[in-house]
Amino acid sequence: MTEIVFKLLEITIIITLLIPIAAMLVWVERRMIGIWQDRLGPNRVGPFGILQSLADLLKILGKEDWIPPFSDRLVFTIAPVIGAVCVLMSFVVIPFSPTIGVSDLNIGLLFFLAMASLAVYSVVLAGWASNSKYALLGGMRAAAQTVSYEVFMGLSVMGVVILTGSFNLRDIVLAQAENGWLIQTQFVGFVIFFIAGIAESHRLPFDLPEAETELTAGFHTEYSGLKFALFFLGEYLSVTLISAMSVVLFFGGWLMPAPFDSWLPPLVWFILKTLFFVFFFILLRTSLPRPRFDQLLSFGWKYMLPLALINLIVTAALKLGGVYD
Amino acid sequence: MIEPEHKLHHQNKRLTGLSLVVDMIVSQLRTMMLVLKHTFTKADTVEYPEQKPYLAPRYRGRIVLTRDPDGEERCVGCNLCAAACPVDCIALQQTIDEDGRKRADFFRINFSRCILCGFCEEACPTYAIQLTPDVELAEYDRQNLVYEKEHLLISGVGKYPDYSFYRHSGIEVNIKGEKKAKGDAEQEKSPVDIKGLMP
Repeated sequence: MTEIVFKLLEITIIITLLIPIAAMLVWVERRMIGIWQDRLGPNRVGPFGILQSLADLLKILGKEDWIPPFSDRLVFTIAPVIGAVCVLMSFVVIPFSPTIGVSDLNIGLLFFLAMASLAVYSVVLAGWASNSKYALLGGMRAAAQTVSYEVFMGLSVMGVVILTGSFNLRDIVLAQAENGWLIQTQFVGFVIFFIAGIAESHRLPFDLPEAETELTAGFHTEYSGLKFALFFLGEYLSVTLISAMSVVLFFGGWLMPAPFDSWLPPLVWFILKTLFFVFFFILLRTSLPRPRFDQLLSFGWKYMLPLALINLIVTAALKLGGVYD
Repeated sequence: MIEPEHKLHHQNKRLTGLSLVVDMIVSQLRTMMLVLKHTFTKADTVEYPEQKPYLAPRYRGRIVLTRDPDGEERCVGCNLCAAACPVDCIALQQTIDEDGRKRADFFRINFSRCILCGFCEEACPTYAIQLTPDVELAEYDRQNLVYEKEHLLISGVGKYPDYSFYRHSGIEVNIKGEKKAKGDAEQEKSPVDIKGLMP
């Protein structure tokens, strides 16, 4: 009984920390983009503008939460919830530190991939239920993009599974304690996973579903107020999720090599590594332009998918040949 | 500057297949490196309310009416500024004093209409109306943006410290209590006696 209470407490703490973190990311992103564009970014609300997200939240709560009369009311309302919930669900399997982590699911990696696939429904349903041409185009793009990038996202992490012999994310991290971080052997796999992750979270340069320049706001054109905030929450949570997954799968999770591991607690190392990738996401957003839609799809199917397959086959061959023992 | 030949290959040769992919990856990584370098450059932002930007002396801001070096109003109420104004934000009426000076009876500029184009300054024959480098014209009440003559008139000479219209013009006026007759002005010849016989 006490075990269940503690688990629920842990879940509550993780959720109540994750949502403010996602909100803070908005501020971090705006500040970093500012710095990289030789500006300052929001620096007025609180010290260094740290309360900017709070101000944004208060503003967005004050907005009219409009449901267009031409939309499908039920689906329109559910769509943003699906997005945020699916991403939050994925955090269930993430091992934050040796002791923290909601569930040691033995199919954790598959669970993550499944939740990433379900998150597409949010975008597709939002695009469809909005009953507007921009939203429809955005939703259609999201469907095509996510379906094609999901294929090799799954394939790219299979190398990790071959090397560690487990779908359990905690076991994957522990396996890296013995043999070193998987980035050493799975660099190609990591690059493919990260590119697919960018596409999954609809971030620039793969933000075609919400391309402002051509589609107004894509699938969330008709959204406002709290529902729009939920879409934003989902997007920033999935940035955190993909970063955390990259750390868990390829960069040893909470682990650190010998001299460094005693400097900081494992959880802090995990957060620092995740932050590194979050910053990399932001750097990508500032520097790279958006490709055309057909370029995006042909890049996925013609280059990324074969590369992921080759990576998988080579890893499997080397494993069978006894190179990784 | 002419680029070295090896940098021109993008225009000359159409890349295909693997070399295109390599070129694409290299160019993306290069872009990211260039952006990352900007972490250490200084922001160009001027944090306005605390830190005022430099505005040149000839910046077109709030309009003033200046005085000549003797402390008299320069404006003669000729209405050229009002005529030049593209948004009709200037209104004035000319009067003539007993001593012969022309003045604006009232002079009103509606700054909620004014576009600070500076045409009035260009049209002014006496350098009376001038634009200043003050752009902080915000008000809570729109009516407060209507400036009357007492708000516009300053005690200084503005951008033309030595110029005095009445010292140059051939009009009979009193300057500092002394009567200036026709022909007494600077660069002015004595009036011609139109009934005289001499050329």
